Amino acid sequence: MTQELTQPIIRLVTCGSVDDGKSTLIGRLLVETDSVPHDTVAAARNIRRSGSTIVAGEVDFSLLTDGLEAEREQGITIDVAYRSMSLLNGRRLIIADAPGHEQYTRNMAVAASRADVALVLVDASRGIRTQTLRHLTICSLMGVTRIAVVVNKLDATGYSQEVYQGIVDELSGVATRLGITDYQAVPVSALAGDNVVHRSTNMPWYSGPTLLEYIQSWTKKSEALVKPHLGVQLIARAENFRGLSGTIFNGTFNQGDEVVVLPSKRKAKISQIVAHGGDLKSAGDSEAVILVLEPDVDATRGDSVELASNFTAPADRFNANLVWLGETELLHSRSYYLIAGSTQVPAIVTKIRHKLEITSGDHEAAEVLAMNEIGAVEIATDSPIALSPYKEDRNTGSFILVDRVTLNTVAAGMVNHILRRSDNVSEHKYEVDSLARATQKNQSAKVIWLTGLSGSGKSTIANELEKRLYATGAHSYVLDGDNLRLGLNKDLGFTRADRAENVRRVGEVAHLMADAGLIVIVALVSPFAEDRDSVRALFDKGKFAEVWVKTPVEVCTDRDPKGLYKKAADGALPNLSGVGQEYEPPINAELILDGTAEITANVAKIMDELL
Amino acid sequence: MKSSSEILKALENESIEILRETAAAFRKPVLLYSIGKDSAVLLHLAMKAFYPAPIPFPVMHIDTTWKFREMISFREEMVEKYNLNLIKHTNAEGVAENINPFNTGASEYTRIMKTVALRQALDANQFDAAIGGSRRDEERSRAKERIFSVREAGHRWDPRNQRPELWRTYNPKITNDQTMRVFPLSDWTELDIWNYIEENDVPVNPLYFAKERPVVFRGEQMIMVDDDRFPLINGEVPVMKKIRFRTLGCYPLTAAVESDATTVSEIVEEVMNVKLSERATRLIDGEKEDSMEKKKTEGYF
Ligand SMILES: Nc1nc2c(ncn2[C@@H]2O[C@H](COP(=O)(O)OP(=O)(O)O)[C@@H](O)[C@H]2O)c(=O)[nH]1
Repeated sequence: MTQELTQPIIRLVTCGSVDDGKSTLIGRLLVETDSVPHDTVAAARNIRRSGSTIVAGEVDFSLLTDGLEAEREQGITIDVAYRSMSLLNGRRLIIADAPGHEQYTRNMAVAASRADVALVLVDASRGIRTQTLRHLTICSLMGVTRIAVVVNKLDATGYSQEVYQGIVDELSGVATRLGITDYQAVPVSALAGDNVVHRSTNMPWYSGPTLLEYIQSWTKKSEALVKPHLGVQLIARAENFRGLSGTIFNGTFNQGDEVVVLPSKRKAKISQIVAHGGDLKSAGDSEAVILVLEPDVDATRGDSVELASNFTAPADRFNANLVWLGETELLHSRSYYLIAGSTQVPAIVTKIRHKLEITSGDHEAAEVLAMNEIGAVEIATDSPIALSPYKEDRNTGSFILVDRVTLNTVAAGMVNHILRRSDNVSEHKYEVDSLARATQKNQSAKVIWLTGLSGSGKSTIANELEKRLYATGAHSYVLDGDNLRLGLNKDLGFTRADRAENVRRVGEVAHLMADAGLIVIVALVSPFAEDRDSVRALFDKGKFAEVWVKTPVEVCTDRDPKGLYKKAADGALPNLSGVGQEYEPPINAELILDGTAEITANVAKIMDELL
Repeated sequence: MKSSSEILKALENESIEILRETAAAFRKPVLLYSIGKDSAVLLHLAMKAFYPAPIPFPVMHIDTTWKFREMISFREEMVEKYNLNLIKHTNAEGVAENINPFNTGASEYTRIMKTVALRQALDANQFDAAIGGSRRDEERSRAKERIFSVREAGHRWDPRNQRPELWRTYNPKITNDQTMRVFPLSDWTELDIWNYIEENDVPVNPLYFAKERPVVFRGEQMIMVDDDRFPLINGEVPVMKKIRFRTLGCYPLTAAVESDATTVSEIVEEVMNVKLSERATRLIDGEKEDSMEKKKTEGYF
C-alpha cells in the first residue's frame, strides 16, 4: 500500500555547472514568490559584478544567492548554502544550493541527502554533459525522489522545440539506466522568466508544468509507514519519571504497542507517549517525543525502539554505498566511528567491492576510495546495530563515518543490505576475565608497542626487555614484525593499505594476548600515526604504551642489519619507511628512547617508567 | 504568507531533536541568551525538549552594559519564570578601558564587548558547546552555516573548511581545542518566529511592541535615548515617537522603526508587509558588505 503524504516542508537541491544559470534561476524563484526582502532586491539592482552585462536598474538575480566573500570574488559558489522560500500553496521550500564545480561531489551529496526534489540544470545550447550525468547519478544514489531537469537558456536558442526535444530524448535513456521514474524536463529561461513561475507564451509547444508547479506538487510517497522507529537520544529523568527521548521515523507508535529495545531485543509495552503539554495517544513520523516503557527495561542513548511485531534485526556486517568526503583516502581495515542518528560504534571497512564510475555507471575495482569517489563496501561494526536498507527509509538506513583522530566526517554511508545478523555471533562473556588471568600471574597485563625505523633497534630492545622480564618471573611474549610477516601476515606487502592491515592484525593479536594476562612487547615499524592510534583505541587507558625508538635515519642506514637501506638506495625497495615512504613520528608516545644510547639503559627506562 | 501550524510543528520537532542531541552529546553545553525574540523561542523549545525534566544546561547572557534597560528587567523575569541557571558576563577590561559605542568605532566596540567577551566567558566556564538562536535567513554568510558548526582553537570559524552535514545525523565529536556552536533555529524565518510566538504564547520583550519612546535622529535612523549616558548634540531634545524594535541589541546601535503594532498579530502583519531585511536596523552590520562573515570568523555568534 502506497500512501501519499503532503509534507509542510519540501526540501530541494539545486545542481548545475558554473554558468548554467543556477543562481539566476534560484534568484528569480525567490523574487517571484516574494521570498526576498525588498531592500535586498533593491541592492541587486545597483550592485554589479565586474563583467556583468545586465543593464543597470534591472535586477541581477544571481546576486541574491551567492554567499561568502571569497567565493564572490571568484564569481562562483563553493559550499552548500540554504535558504527558505514560501510556495504559493502555503507550503515551505528549503533550498540547498550545491555547487557545480567538478571536484565538489561531496557538497552535492550533502545537499542531496535531505532533498525531496532536485533541480538539475542543463544549458540548452550545450546539451547533456558529463556534469549532468554526475548530478543525476548522485541524486539517484542519495534517494532524491523527484527530479526536475531544467533545460535553461532556451531564449538563446530561439525557444527551439527541437533543441528541447533532443535533450528529452537523450535524457530518457539515462533515466532508465539510473532507475529515475519521477522526472520532468522543463524548458525555461531563467533570465527572461519563461516557465519558472509564470507560464511562457514563447513556447506554446510545451504543455507540461512550470518549474514551480512541478516542485509544489511533490508529495511524499511512502510504502505504508508500518515500521516505526525511535532512536533514543537521551534518557529523560524527573521525579517518578523515566522515559526515552527521541524522534519517530517511518511510522506511528500508539500507547499500548508491544515494542522491543534494540539491539538488546528486550520487550516492553509503551505505557505513555509524552510531549510537552500532555500525553499523546499516538505519535507519528518526525515527531519528537518521550516514550515511557512498562516494564522500564534497560535502554541507553544510541539504542532504538521498534514494534515487537516488525523490527530491524540488529547486525554487525553491512553492504553499503559510501560517498568518500575526507581528504585522507579510505583504507580498508582502518577503524572509524560509525554514527547513525545517536548511535555510535567503532567500525571498519573490510572490503571495497567496487568503485562507481560516476558518469558511465560502470563498476571498477578499487583498493582505496579518495575524496569525491563513490563505492560499494562491506562494513563491520564492533557491536550490533539496527540499520535498515536506505531504500526503505533514509533516516534509519544512513550513517556517517568519522575519522578517529581528526574527528572529521569522512564518509556518507547508505545501507544496501545486511550481510550478517548478530544473532549468530554474540560476544561470549567469560567469567574468568582479563584481570583474573593477569592476577593469577602476579602482574598487570600491558602492551609495550615499539615503533621506529628499520634498524632503529626495536628487536634488540624487545629481546633484552623480555630477558629482564623473564628473570623477574613475569609472563611475556614478543611480537616481532619481521617474524609475523613469515606467517600471519605473509599475504601483506608494504603499501600504505597493507601496512594498515599489518598493524591492525598485530594490534588484535596483542589485544588477545593482553586479554590472556600477558605483558606483550611489539616490535613493529608501524610508520603511520593513524594506524597506531587505531590500535591504541582497542585498549583501556594505561594498558597500551607507545614507545618511539628514535634513531636518526643515517644511523639506521649505517647499521643496515638486513641490507634494506642498500636495496632502497639501489632502487629495489620503493616503500622503505624513512626513505621511499614516510615515517610519521609519534605525537602521543608514552616514552621516547634514544636509539643510539646503551641498550641496557633503554630497557631500564621502560622497566621504570612503563612496567 | 503566514507560516502554517504544520510548518511550525515540523520546525519545532527538528529544533527539539537538535537541542536533545546537544544536551546528550556534549560535556558542558550552554545556551546563549540574547533576550531577543529568537532567544525567547529557543528557551521555549528547550523547555519543551526536556519536559518533564528542567532545562539541563545553564543560559548565558553577554552583557555589554549598553543593553536597553527593559532587556535586563525582562531577562530577570525569564529567570524566574523558567527557573533558569543564568550566567552573566561582561568584558571587565573593556569596561575599564571605557570601550563604548560612542567613542569606539562600532565594529571595534562589537569585537571587544561582544566577540571577545563571549570568548572569555566560554573559556572561563570551559563550555564545549554553545547553542545560539541564529537563523539562516538573517544574513548571507549565515546561509552556509552548519547546524553543528565547529570552532577551531580561539573560537575561530573557518567557512571554507566546514564539516559536511548529512541527513539528520550530526557529528558532535570535537578535539580538545575545538568547541561547537549549535543553531537549532537554522531553518526558521523571521516570520516563523513571530507566528510561533503567537501560536504558543511565548513571552517576548516589550520593546518589540510599539509605544511612545524618546528618540533622536542619526542620519536616517531613529535611536532611542534609553538613559542619560547618551551624548546629545548641542541643545538636542529627544522627541517622542511611537516606535518599536525589530531586533534587540545595544541601544545606541539599534535603530527603531515607527509602528503602530502593539500585539503579536499586528507585528506579524507588519513583518509580512514591510519586507525589509531585519538587520537593516542594526547599525554595525551595514558598515561594509560581508562584514558579518568577518565577525563570525573571529568568533562572533
Ligand atoms: N648502539 C646501539 N645499537 C643498537 C641499539 N639497538 C640496536 N642496535 C643495533 O642496531 C642494529 C639494528 O637493530 P634491530 O634490533 O635489528 O633493529 P630493528 O630493525 O628496528 O628491529 C643491530 O646491529 C643492533 O645491535 C642501541 O640501543 N644502541
